[in-house]
Amino acid sequence: MSQKYGIIAAFDTVPDVYHACEQVRDAGYSRWDTITSFPIHGLDAAMGMPRSKVPRFSLAGGITGFCTGMGFIAWLGWYEYPLVVGGKPMFSPMFAFPVSYELTILFTAFATIFGMFFLNKLPMHYHPVLKAPQFVRAMDDRFYIVIETADPKFNATETRALLQRAGGKDIVEIEQ
Amino acid sequence: MGAHSSDHPPGLSLPNGAPAVLAEVNPVIIPRRELVEHHRDFKWITDKICGIVEAKTPTWWWWCFGVAAFIASFTVAGLVYLVSTGVGVWGHANPVNWAWDIVNFVFWIGIGHAGTLISAILCLLRQKWRTSINRAAEAMTIFAVVCAAIFPVFHVGRIWFAVFPGYLFPFPNSNGIWQNFRSPLEWDVFAVSTYGTVSVLFWYVGLIPDLGTMRDRFTQAGNIVKARIYGFFAMGWRGSNRHWSNYEMAYLILAGVATPLVLSVHTIVSFDFAVSLIPGWHTTIFPPYFVAGAIFSGFGMVLTLMLPLRAIYRLEDLITQYHIDCMCKITLATGTMVGYAYSMEFFIAWYGANPYEGFAFINRAFGHYAWAYWIMIGCNVITPQFFWFRSVRENTTLVWILSIFVNVGMWFERFVIIVTSLARDFLPSSWGYYSPSIVEIFTFFGTFGVFSFLFLLFIRFVPIMPMSEVKAVIPAADPHGGAHH
Repeated sequence: MSQKYGIIAAFDTVPDVYHACEQVRDAGYSRWDTITSFPIHGLDAAMGMPRSKVPRFSLAGGITGFCTGMGFIAWLGWYEYPLVVGGKPMFSPMFAFPVSYELTILFTAFATIFGMFFLNKLPMHYHPVLKAPQFVRAMDDRFYIVIETADPKFNATETRALLQRAGGKDIVEIEQ
Repeated sequence: MGAHSSDHPPGLSLPNGAPAVLAEVNPVIIPRRELVEHHRDFKWITDKICGIVEAKTPTWWWWCFGVAAFIASFTVAGLVYLVSTGVGVWGHANPVNWAWDIVNFVFWIGIGHAGTLISAILCLLRQKWRTSINRAAEAMTIFAVVCAAIFPVFHVGRIWFAVFPGYLFPFPNSNGIWQNFRSPLEWDVFAVSTYGTVSVLFWYVGLIPDLGTMRDRFTQAGNIVKARIYGFFAMGWRGSNRHWSNYEMAYLILAGVATPLVLSVHTIVSFDFAVSLIPGWHTTIFPPYFVAGAIFSGFGMVLTLMLPLRAIYRLEDLITQYHIDCMCKITLATGTMVGYAYSMEFFIAWYGANPYEGFAFINRAFGHYAWAYWIMIGCNVITPQFFWFRSVRENTTLVWILSIFVNVGMWFERFVIIVTSLARDFLPSSWGYYSPSIVEIFTFFGTFGVFSFLFLLFIRFVPIMPMSEVKAVIPAADPHGGAHH
């Protein structure tokens, strides 16, 4: 396991890490990441990231929920338990709406959260970045850029020089 | 705010010779109120909030915990007696077949609504002041839903039939009978259980980054057991911006679905009454009126909880006077809406020219339950009007006392709506007077203990403020160094 995972550079302020991200993005790297303890406004664009795909999961969940509610109540009224109450129809989307509405929301919420975990590949309790000794300040008040050795443009000296030019401090390689 | 045209008609000038229409307008720049005072930095926020969990358990906490557990035992005793004896131990009987159980249910569910308003609606409205109070308010929501759920689950008596085979949830019971999906009571089961579930999910998603911070701090301090526990729930969160991107989108969507959810929950709760034919219940104003009342009562409870928390943990830099002002103003606005609804109910009862409806409202104000009605008016309509005054909003002791009045008033509102209408409906032969039994009083009193018990556990073991969100609203978090773009 002599292969390194990547190279990590620390930044002290938000503008520093923001502008460093723009430089790494413009240098054409693809397998790299920024570690911050809170979401920085506009950093997605500075990293050149596409829009999140979570809404696709949400939409699928919402449609499933609505159809589940309507389908279940229709099945109940028409086939499983046909019972006339107050002379009302066996099934009507009107009285099935509140329950379907709630199920839309319920399924959307689950789909959104599981979609987010799926896209983020979480839970992942072991990750090279988590093992790096400087990580403890990442969830506190410092910001980091990690560039992976697996990046096609990775070159030990040039990548380090790029991070140095961008204002990175305490630049070290981290283990796999 | 572009420049206005400079070729204004000549002759338009003020007596002192200055032009009446300026060539250019320079808008005054009003500085925004700071959300974290004294220019606190990231490190201070982390240390302050994590410090509460990491410190040794304070003595006051044990005292409060003991008292809360003792009070909660009243609920346990009341419920054990109910289940072992039968639902007849509660005081309601014909004609008042709904009484404290549903009053308490609506009261607690209503309290929960402020938590969702703060976490979801204010998130969509980009109200940044929500950040320092949303975690505790969401916790309040969850615990309030727990207290609320006790009543519908236990009112069936044989609680082992409440879920499966269900009286409440859609499973056919032992006679093969399914629920009636035309009934608002069944809609309510879905609304409240969805609300509870989504509130827990929303709360948990908000917690993940902070649990990651706790994990790393306990790891560094060498407390491996706690590091493992917090780490398990942190899901291996590592603050990656590629994660944050999906996380923020997920959080936004959750806020987007929680907003119609919270509005629907109290709407459906109000359908329990509005869809019936009882005078005083059968009104179209109920859904918006119930939602406004729910938010009103919830903010009352948020103030009741947050002001002592702020004082005990010295959180004045995070829960600033600006936060208190905002909460008081929302209480004022929703309280005034509730007052409007009360008067509009009276107006419609008169304008609708239905003698039963008219009698129901006259009876509320001047009948056997007039004492409850005037407590309600005093607490809900008059109390919030004090929040017009800055001097009141800046006196935290007074705000806290007024918030208690709001809580009391909103309980009485539900009591007035539910009990007065049933006690005096169409025929004098089916009139009655309801008083609670000691079992009901025990059960309801104990729910305050259940709520406090859970809330104390929350402030002891969970970071009470979302650090990642509070950090994101301080000036140092702006990638452009404060320059607006």
